[in-house]
Amino acid sequence: MAKRIDVKDLDIYYGSFRAVRSVSMTIQPRAVTALIGPSGCGKSTYLRALNRMHELIPSARVEGKVVMDDQDLYAPGMDPVDVRKHVGMVFQRPNPFPTMSIYDNVAAGLRLNNKRLRKSETDDVVEESLRGANLWEEVKDRLRKPGSGLSGGQQQRLCIARAIAVRPDVLLMDEPCSALDPISTHAVEDLMAQLKENYTIVIVTHNMQQAARVSNYTGFFNIAGTGQPGELVEIDETPTIFSTPTHTATEEYISGRFG
Amino acid sequence: MSTTTSPPTPTESVEPPNGTKSLVRGTLPRWASWGVLGAAAVLAALIARLLGFGVAPFVLLTAVLYAVGISGWSRWIEGGRKATDRAFTAVVTSAFLLALTPLVSVVVTVISKGLDRFDGRFFTYSMRGVVGDGGGAYHAIMGTLITSGLATLMSVPIGLATAIYLVEYGHGRLARAITFFVDVMTGIPSIVAGLFAYALFALVFGPGTVNGFAGAVALSVLMIPIVVRSSEEMLKIVPDDLREAAFALGTPKWKVVLRVVLPTAVAGISTGVTLAIARVVGETAPLLIATGATGSTNLNPFSGQMATLSVFSYYEYASPGVPIDPSLDRAWTAALTLMLIVMVLNLVARSISLLFAPKAGR
Ligand SMILES: Nc1ncnc2c1ncn2[C@@H]1O[C@H](COP(=O)(O)OP(=O)(O)O)[C@@H](O)[C@H]1O
Ligand SMILES: [Mg+2]
Repeated sequence: MAKRIDVKDLDIYYGSFRAVRSVSMTIQPRAVTALIGPSGCGKSTYLRALNRMHELIPSARVEGKVVMDDQDLYAPGMDPVDVRKHVGMVFQRPNPFPTMSIYDNVAAGLRLNNKRLRKSETDDVVEESLRGANLWEEVKDRLRKPGSGLSGGQQQRLCIARAIAVRPDVLLMDEPCSALDPISTHAVEDLMAQLKENYTIVIVTHNMQQAARVSNYTGFFNIAGTGQPGELVEIDETPTIFSTPTHTATEEYISGRFG
Repeated sequence: MSTTTSPPTPTESVEPPNGTKSLVRGTLPRWASWGVLGAAAVLAALIARLLGFGVAPFVLLTAVLYAVGISGWSRWIEGGRKATDRAFTAVVTSAFLLALTPLVSVVVTVISKGLDRFDGRFFTYSMRGVVGDGGGAYHAIMGTLITSGLATLMSVPIGLATAIYLVEYGHGRLARAITFFVDVMTGIPSIVAGLFAYALFALVFGPGTVNGFAGAVALSVLMIPIVVRSSEEMLKIVPDDLREAAFALGTPKWKVVLRVVLPTAVAGISTGVTLAIARVVGETAPLLIATGATGSTNLNPFSGQMATLSVFSYYEYASPGVPIDPSLDRAWTAALTLMLIVMVLNLVARSISLLFAPKAGR
């Protein structure tokens, strides 16, 4: 659990368009790393390259290295399906499976991964994951009801429960709160603070206060202009980035002068 | 019919005396539509009487008089915009009624003529050894169920698999070619499908091989493109979010399709399949060629000719016995039975989509 990721000279292309150029960073275990930057600078693209989700887009390809605790995720024999079992993902819009109950949504990862579990074991995993996602008390009486009947914030926490039920080492979150109201956002932020005890968390956010509140490290991505690739300007401990960043672009972005 | 919901106001002058345009316009009384319709009907009846018209010109005249009358009156009282609205409503409603007329006429005719022989005997007897009165369509009903059932068993797996390939896997030339041929297949005249099946069975099993299975093959040729098309549409509207969510859990692709995409689309797919069955169950031409016809019960689709409701109805009408009436009655009742089967299938389709649709209960 909770592994460290070393990214080395990562370039990401959509066809011939280079969306992200030469990113190198180390993502620390048991910590929240926030990625900030203006729209279109390749944050989502970069995040998806960390669990090879970009491969769902036929034209997308990656050059460089992503090493998770000495395992190269892009090594020739590495199966992207296995990579995603270890690196889970939560999306911007809550996306529970509409045909499944709350219980089945959480158990979906186990079942889809063909783990043969006894009923009581599945029950345990479901409860543990829902507790882990701070949702258990709210849904324990209606586990058999459809997940789509929950509020937006509850649905997002259900998706987090679903993601942690397969016990990944790393959790990637792409703007997990941007579709949520402030109270649900608060609940998810609290959850991140708890989850970082056991997981490596990478979160993309447009909300600077959120980055400052929840993250231990912050990386700033920027883009020189439209059609240019996005680049990592700098990454450092969050207090440093927010008080004394090395680059003026970072300071300008954080103080709201552009972006 | 368009009726305004606002209370009728007296039809006073629209322009206030001081010359500024008021936003308040006159409104026709609530009974305006019906009143004008009644007046139009009376006037049309008088004209029809004078000129010796039949029913159809009378109805047409009523519609025209109504449209002219209501929009003219409305233009006078309510102004141009509302008048156009009323005229347009009149035209659209007339078009709808016109489209409905043949449908209602067919249903009424089939029911009234089909009820004569809609009895227990019709559903339990075949035509074996029957001349003149009596007999039934048991053999034809079974034949229709068997051929359509076999066609469904063949078409659904092939059609669904094709749709899955097109939506989830195919991107290149092959997918485009398949889409093109599915489009072409959609337009095949049903008689050609029958000839195809006939020729295929003649080649493989020898000339003159006519049986229920050949008919089912012909029906499949007609059914597969419908199933592909409707399933494809249903799979396409499954949000990509769900696929991504499943992939992000470390799920292999085939399982994402089988366990997440298909269950999400199953309501629409089964509705499409049911409607495809309804579409082919009444086919006549291909079955006439590939399945043949017989007066006795044959439940084996792999050997011998087989009766089906549509073909039965056709033969009872085209070559009736003596006296002619019992044959015609049987033809109508067969048509009624077919219509009921299609109706039941449509109801089944609706309940399936209600049953399977993802629920958002609390
Ligand atoms: N599926 C795609 N195909 C082609 N280009 C894409 C695709 N997705 C994103 N891009 C491009 O990659 C760049 C980075 O996008 P993205 O990673 O979504 O930015 P961010 O998440 O930082 O807003 C943008 O220029 C965008 O147009
Ligand atoms: Mg993004």
